[in-house]
Amino acid sequence: MSTSVESATTITDDGAATRTAAMQQAATLPVRRRGRRSYAWLVPTLYIIFLMVPIYWLLNMSFKTTGEVLGQFTLWPHNFTLENYRTIFTDPTWYRGYINSLLYVTINTLLSLGAALPAAYAFSRYRFLGDKHFFFWLLTNRMAPPAIFVLPFVQLYSSVELFDTHLAVALAHCLFNIPLAVWILEGFMSGVPKEIDETAYIDGYSFPHFFVKIFMPLIATGIGVAAFFCFMFSWVELLLAKNLTSTGARPIASIMTRTASISGYEVSLLAAAAVLTLIPGAVVIYFVRNYIARGFALGRV
Amino acid sequence: MDKTWNNKAWFLVVPVIVLVAFNAIIPLMTVVNYSVQESFGGGVFFFEGTKWFQQILTSERFHAALLRQFAFTGTILLIEIPLGVAIALAMPRRGPWVSVCLVLMALPLLVPWHVVGAIWNIFALPEIGLLGRALNGLGFDYNFTRQVGSAWFTLILMDVWHWTSLVVLLAYAGLMAIPEPYYQAARIDGASQWAVFRHIQLPKMNRVLTIAVLLRFMDSFIIYTEPFVLTGGGPGNATTLLSIDLVKMALGQFDVGPAAAMSIIYFLIVLAISWVFYTLMMRNEDRW
Repeated sequence: MSTSVESATTITDDGAATRTAAMQQAATLPVRRRGRRSYAWLVPTLYIIFLMVPIYWLLNMSFKTTGEVLGQFTLWPHNFTLENYRTIFTDPTWYRGYINSLLYVTINTLLSLGAALPAAYAFSRYRFLGDKHFFFWLLTNRMAPPAIFVLPFVQLYSSVELFDTHLAVALAHCLFNIPLAVWILEGFMSGVPKEIDETAYIDGYSFPHFFVKIFMPLIATGIGVAAFFCFMFSWVELLLAKNLTSTGARPIASIMTRTASISGYEVSLLAAAAVLTLIPGAVVIYFVRNYIARGFALGRV
Repeated sequence: MDKTWNNKAWFLVVPVIVLVAFNAIIPLMTVVNYSVQESFGGGVFFFEGTKWFQQILTSERFHAALLRQFAFTGTILLIEIPLGVAIALAMPRRGPWVSVCLVLMALPLLVPWHVVGAIWNIFALPEIGLLGRALNGLGFDYNFTRQVGSAWFTLILMDVWHWTSLVVLLAYAGLMAIPEPYYQAARIDGASQWAVFRHIQLPKMNRVLTIAVLLRFMDSFIIYTEPFVLTGGGPGNATTLLSIDLVKMALGQFDVGPAAAMSIIYFLIVLAISWVFYTLMMRNEDRW
């Protein structure tokens, strides 16, 4: 109790309104450890430094010339150059890789959400024959090692003549993204009281009308979080994307691995390409920053 | 929540069934098909029964890969779960730093997996990498492309770098959901910090931590790309985990029959262990 009072009284100068706000906040949020100066901030700080050092090293490498990378050991680029980035943005084999990746990721996110939304509604609102088993079966696909699917996938998508298209990769990634999207959305939907559905039906809404006009805005956060996860897992996957494409829809990932193996030591070019793959992720995280924690808990907190 | 019994709900699930079944059932049946047959090329197959399964189950190579896989998954779970909880406990609960922390911590999760491997490759190389240089400068004999110990150290460190944030975010979400009266009651009782953690925070985080363990178990057990880019399974076979071994067998040597049998055994192991976690999780959720 004492801590919430303390934290409220420290802000008295800011006026009554802020104080009530602060008290409300103090009442709803867990209070930080009381007493003595706390050094707790050191832990997350050190952890973030640990996370950032390898990324800094990557950035550092990407601004160096190949000569500097191999010639001397420097903590920051002495001959600062943008040449690596210029190569990537002017060479179509490089920048098409990014476009290909973004394209199949987007298709996959739309497909996964479109299929998962009604299914998640069914799981959150109804019981039906075999629902539990079906739900677990869905999750088993999230658990399946992609390595076991590589060979059959190549054969399957070749036989339906989708091999080396964006759609093939997008469809293949549905294997693990749809179960995850259903799982997340089901968690968020179960947080919406069932009375809302019933009231809407009494008011004469049809199911599709109710679902789009009333229900989807209510779980907008959940949809955003699910979209974020579909984007994320499709964006980071390499094994299937690489083996399902040859030239037409080749993702940036496989262009990078090819460069790494063929030209041996173009470390700085590789680093620049890697830096560019971090950007879409960072942008997406920025947009969902307020829901990240809850999203990772799959809507189940 | 009370749910209505209504079998028409199956219609809402149809799109999911179509998409997932296309991707899961057809390829899985292909795998099963291969696992019981022998081929000498030209599309001619002979039924072999359980020969491949026996071969895999008794092979030294599979046992070694399985052992490495359990060692890897066990180690990263033992490091990442406690570390993630500790960091979540130390994080600020409100203020501008919360967003900063969350965004920076989530960044590694959004790095494509082959780039994770590439980042650590560049970071840890003994000649040009900061980590490699630093460790050698401190007098350690470190070279992850040549020594088994160094390779494992780098592999584990890379996974901790990549995935601990997931545990942090989950634990943090769990902590934020604890209502303030719990803490007030603890303070009135004069509970120590340890008691608060043991009797309030930990039980309340139970649910999210089960999700964390389930996700970390599944993902680390099926890991392929990161170790493949970092060490390629080497030096020798020292870091050849199950998926790497499987891809080597299927795409490298075209031993389709044994690879298919191994796929099925591998999948069943993942399924069995995940099922245990899943049952625990659903019991926690107390909804079904």
